[in-house]
Order: sequence, then C-alpha cells, then structure tokens
Amino acid sequence: MTPFLAQAATEPINRAELLADDPLWLILLKAVVVMLIGPIFTVVLIVGERKTVGRMQNRPGPNRVGPFGMLQSLADAIKLPFKEQVIPDTADRKIYFLAPVIAVVPALIGLAAIPFGGEVTIFGERTVLQLIELPVSVLLVLAGASIGVYGIVLGGWASGSPYPLLGGLRSAAQVISYEIAMGLSIIGVVLYSQSMATSGIVAAQAEGGWYFYLLLPSFVIYLISMVGETNRAPFDLPEAESELVGGFHTEYSSMKFAMFFLAEYSNMVIVSAFATTLFLGGGMFPFFGADAAINQGWWPALWFLAKMCVILFGFIWLRGTLPRFRYDQFMKLGWKVLVPAALVWLLLIATVRALRNAEGVSTGQILIIGGVAIVVVVLLMLLIPEKEIPEDEGVVTTSGGGHPVPPLDLKVPETTPRRKAVEARRRSEEKQQAELSPQAAGAPGEGSKEGESHGDL
Amino acid sequence: MRTETPLVLAQAGADATVSTGEAVAFWVLGPIAVAGALCMIFARNAVHSALWLVMTMLSLGMLYMLQQAPFLGFTQIIVYTGAIMMLFLFVLMMVGRESSDSVLEVLRGQRLMAAVLGIGIAGVLAGALTRALTDVPPAPAMNPWTPEGGGAGGLARVIFQDYLFPFELTSALLITAAVGAMVLAFTDRHSKQGKRSQRDLVEARFRGEYERPSPKPGPGVYATSNSVATPALLPDGSIAPESLSSLIESTPTAQLQAHRKQLESRAAGPDTHALLDPEDGTGDGDAPAGAAATATEDKA
Repeated sequence: MTPFLAQAATEPINRAELLADDPLWLILLKAVVVMLIGPIFTVVLIVGERKTVGRMQNRPGPNRVGPFGMLQSLADAIKLPFKEQVIPDTADRKIYFLAPVIAVVPALIGLAAIPFGGEVTIFGERTVLQLIELPVSVLLVLAGASIGVYGIVLGGWASGSPYPLLGGLRSAAQVISYEIAMGLSIIGVVLYSQSMATSGIVAAQAEGGWYFYLLLPSFVIYLISMVGETNRAPFDLPEAESELVGGFHTEYSSMKFAMFFLAEYSNMVIVSAFATTLFLGGGMFPFFGADAAINQGWWPALWFLAKMCVILFGFIWLRGTLPRFRYDQFMKLGWKVLVPAALVWLLLIATVRALRNAEGVSTGQILIIGGVAIVVVVLLMLLIPEKEIPEDEGVVTTSGGGHPVPPLDLKVPETTPRRKAVEARRRSEEKQQAELSPQAAGAPGEGSKEGESHGDL
Repeated sequence: MRTETPLVLAQAGADATVSTGEAVAFWVLGPIAVAGALCMIFARNAVHSALWLVMTMLSLGMLYMLQQAPFLGFTQIIVYTGAIMMLFLFVLMMVGRESSDSVLEVLRGQRLMAAVLGIGIAGVLAGALTRALTDVPPAPAMNPWTPEGGGAGGLARVIFQDYLFPFELTSALLITAAVGAMVLAFTDRHSKQGKRSQRDLVEARFRGEYERPSPKPGPGVYATSNSVATPALLPDGSIAPESLSSLIESTPTAQLQAHRKQLESRAAGPDTHALLDPEDGTGDGDAPAGAAATATEDKA
C-alpha cells in the first residue's frame, strides 16, 4: 500500500474515537437534531421555493399567511393531516400504507454520516459535529438513496391505477440509470482523496484544494445526476403533472401525501449536503486554511449550511428555468452521455493517480505523455470522415427562419393543363363562331378575354 | 461497537464471547432474515415475494456491518436491494398484478430435476453448517479502517491483483449475457419488417389501415362535471358516440336517449345543467335553467 493511504486512514480514527467517547445523551441529542434538519428544511424550502419561483415568474407567490406569507408551510402542515384519506378500492392496502414510510425513513437518516463541522464542545463534552463515522460513510448516503426509491416505486404500484404505475415504472428506470452515473462521479472523489469516509474526504480537500474545480467533470456529472435522483425538475418525470396527473402519488392524500413531500425535500437536503461534503470542502471557509479561527468551533457548521443553501437554491432555479425533459431524451442523457463521460474521466483519474504513485515519474513527464496522447486523439478525430447527410426527396427546402420557401432556381411552367384546356376551348369556339356567323366580328375578342381571366384563376 | 471483539457467530457458544449488543442484533436480524426468506417462498403475489426477499437482503447487510464488514454490508444493500431487486420489481410491475403462475408444466422432467437439485443443495448446506458448528476457528478481530482489515483498499488489492483472472472471467461472462440479451431482444427498426416509425404509422392511419386517422374524442369536461364518464358533445349539442368508453360504466343508454330527445326539443343555446339527471331535467329542472338563461339575456 502507498504511504498516503495509510496516512489518510489514521486521520479519521481520531474523529472516530472522539465520537465513540460520546455519552448516550449526546448521541441522542445529535440523532434528534440530524433527524430534524430534514423536516425543518422542508418547511422552509417549500415557502422559499414558492416565493422564489413566484419572483422568477413575476408574481408574488404565497403572501397571505403570516408576514410575507412566510407561515404558509405551517398552515399546510396543519391542514394536511386533517384531510380525508382516500384509499382506492384496487389498492394493495398493506404496501399502499408501507410505501410513504419506506420513502421517508432513509430520507431522515441520510444526514447521519455528513460531517457538518469539526471539533466542538457541547455542554462540556468534546465531540465532533457528526452522528456516525464509518470507514465507508459515502456508501451510507448512496444506500439510503437506493432504499428510498422503493417508496416511490411501491407507492406507484400499490395504488392500483395506471398513472401511478407509470410514474413508479419511470422512477425505477430513472433511479437505476442515474445511480450509476452518480456512483461513478463519487468514485472519482474517492480515488482522488484515497478515503471513503466523508470526514476523510473533507480533510483531503482542506489539504489539496476543493474538488469542484480539481474534479470538474465529476462535479458536473454529480450535479446532473443528483437532480435526476431526487425527481426534481427538469427530471421530475415520475410525477410529471402534464403527463401523469400526479405520477406515483396521484392516489395519495392526507398525511401519506405529506410524507412523500417530506421525503422529496429531505432528499434534496441530503444530496445538497453530500455535494457540499464531496466537492465544496464541507464546512471549510476558503482562503484561510484549516487552522484559522474562522474554521474552528461552530463556524464550519455555518459555512456548511450556507454552501448547502446555495445548492438548494440551484434546485429551485432549475425548476423555475428549464422545461421538463422528454422521457427518452432523459434516458439518452443518462446512458449515452453521463455514464460514458464518467467512465472516461474515471480512467483519466486512475491513470494520473497510478503515474503519481509510481516512482521515478515526474510531473513534467506526465504532462508530456498527456500532451502527446491528446495530440494523437485529436489527429485520430481528424481522420474520421464527416457524416454524410442522406438527401431526402420529400424534404421541402427551407431557409431563413424555417419557413418553407420556394427554391431560387424554381422553374415556373409556361402553361398549365388548365390553361391549355381553356385555350383549346377558345379556339374551338372561335372556329364554331366563324362557321355559324361570319358577320359577328366582336365575339372572338370577348371569348379570348374570358378565357384569359379563367386562366388566371 | 469498535471495542468489542467481532467473531463468527456460530462459534458463540464454543470458546469466545460475543458482546450483548451483537447477540441482540443477531437474534433480531437472524429471525427476520429467515422469516423473509420463508415468506418469499410462500407469498402468493410476486411483488410481495420480491419485497420479502428485499427484507432478507437488508437484514443480511446489517449482519455484515455488525461483523465489522461495513463495506460488504453497504455493497450488499446498494447492489442487491438497490439495483438488482429494483430490476426485479420493474419487470414484475410490467407483468401486472393479477397474473399468477401457470400450473402447466412447460419443461419436461422439471419437477424431478428440481427435487434432485434441491436435495443436493440441502445436503451441501447441512454439511457446511455442521462443519461451521464444530471445527471452524474463530476469525481474528478485524479493523475496517485499515486496508488489511477489510477496508476498500485491501479488498481492491485482493480482487484486482490476487484474483484478477477469475474477476475478469466473471466480467466476461456477464458481458456475454448482456450482449446475448441484447441480440435476443433486438428489433431492427430500419428494415421492412421492423418497428413502424411515427411517420409510417401516420401514413398507415390515413391510408385507412386503422379505424380512424385521429384519436377518439376525449370525455367532456364541463362546469357541472369533470368525470371521465361524461360524454363529449358535438357542435350541435348531441353526444359523440365515440367518446363513450366501453370500459367505464358511463351513462346508461336509456338515459342517453332521453337526454338526446331533450336536447333536440330545446332551442339551441348553452345550458350548464344539460348533464343533470334527465328525470328532473325534463320536468322542473328545465324551469330554473330557462330562468337563468333569460336572466343572463336580460343582463346582456
């Protein structure tokens, strides 16, 4: 093993030991706080989203309940449990009840492995702002996401009606495909930081720079797949209201609907917190270094929440800006763009990593080899013949704004069959007139005039 | 959890001690896993079966974590419950909830083979279990934080260095299976017999190969009703017969005829109560509607 890996491995043990020393009351306190972060953010996010999207669309948004409509979520939260529960006759009742619970529970425990900050003292007890510390805590978040989807899929199936079933099917396919891209983007981070513990990744970023610019492709792929994973616009196909009524939660009402809502928003919080941890340096404030006073005590928690809110705002922004993808475009993006791009990028990271770990290879040599490789690839690309577009006979020529216009060399026929027929009739009439009454001289002229006007029509 | 000694649980009674937490977790998760496996076999509904299997896999994953193998545990959850069972569910949902297994035997000698193989597997399992209960030495304590103790780094070295060839063989097998599935399921949409494109379908519809070129009219949506069973009205106020679905218990024929007559007898003009029950529509229901109509006219 490389010495770097061993060093990275010893670092989180101190954190882990600190966590292992926690008394029971502190663990319970942290667990309650971690569980409450999701619901509290949900309440704030719903109003925030409605207000923000309202602003983006030139309307005020909710403005009736409380000052500036800020208590709208509370009113909704009180209203929803008191509504009637409608259960479809065709529903599979057990699974119908179970589905919202399955959706909510992983969403509530997903934040457990996120390091919100460094070492602090709570009521005289030294501890770390994190509930659990595992050597593979990155996987905990992924596992939570993969279990949470069961809620959506089962909810769609158990409702016993076509639209929810379609929503559930879409959700299943969507999550399977986007989890792959997400996992591949995370592998880039893990390879680079040499650690699968979230705190280890944050520590590695404090030393070597944040990964959102060091691993830009991974960051972009993660951001895209995180929107797909949480079923948010423009990837909200499982609940596309213009196609599937409400999608998987069409048949849900009352508290069970509220639970799906809670799960969706909590998942947004989780993936945002995860993005902050993996790519944005966790609770670190930039430019000052880990030992600065601004990065000690409770401050990192504040920076962490601020970064998280920026990403959450990005979610809302996306929803206010982009139209929904078509389902096949969405799958194409996942399988034909994100996954191959992630794989190529991963190969690149692994190669650089292997070269760095190998002895006797300097940075200059790596750069030269890389440059040569890029030149070769570019030259090979030049060799690929340009794709010829097959000419279609039935295509109408278009130019300028896409309106069909006649081609410039269009030949207008001199005569038309109709004009020929008219001409022939005129001639035969002339002949008849000449035969019948040779004294009527004005008639042929009138006849030809009439014929011309017919031809123009 | 870090301070306790992880051990093979089957050895618990023999020569090593198991911490209370681990024992409790085992006696909770073990029966859940077994119950899930049994229910999977006996459940009537295929989706229920799949869910029981998910439960078994989840408790197995938790047991791995308990044995100081968090990487294995989470991989079990992500790969098996997250991806593979989700694919199962995907297919089962497509099949439909009412479909059940056919009792007709398609493969000849299937039962005999199944019985022989089942007995064989039971024998192997019993043998392994006996051996595990008698002469397996307790596993040494592992530290998952180090690569040697089951961390991802150590696992990667074992897979990609020590057992590289078997690993590559497995991947070749999987790729062959995937390519085979693609070949079997592939339909060439560019050939003549292939799938019809949207354009082909449009042309075929207008050529008259289908019942009608356009989709059938949807149900009517009015101020008084938004039910799917509401018939759509044609411009002259009569009901469009194509908008009535045979699947939905829509307006009975007698009611429909009465309604038609009612519409024919009345002078043209929009009537929001047109879809009310014809019984009170013909009688006293007419009067308020007419009154409303005259009221609006007066206003205008």
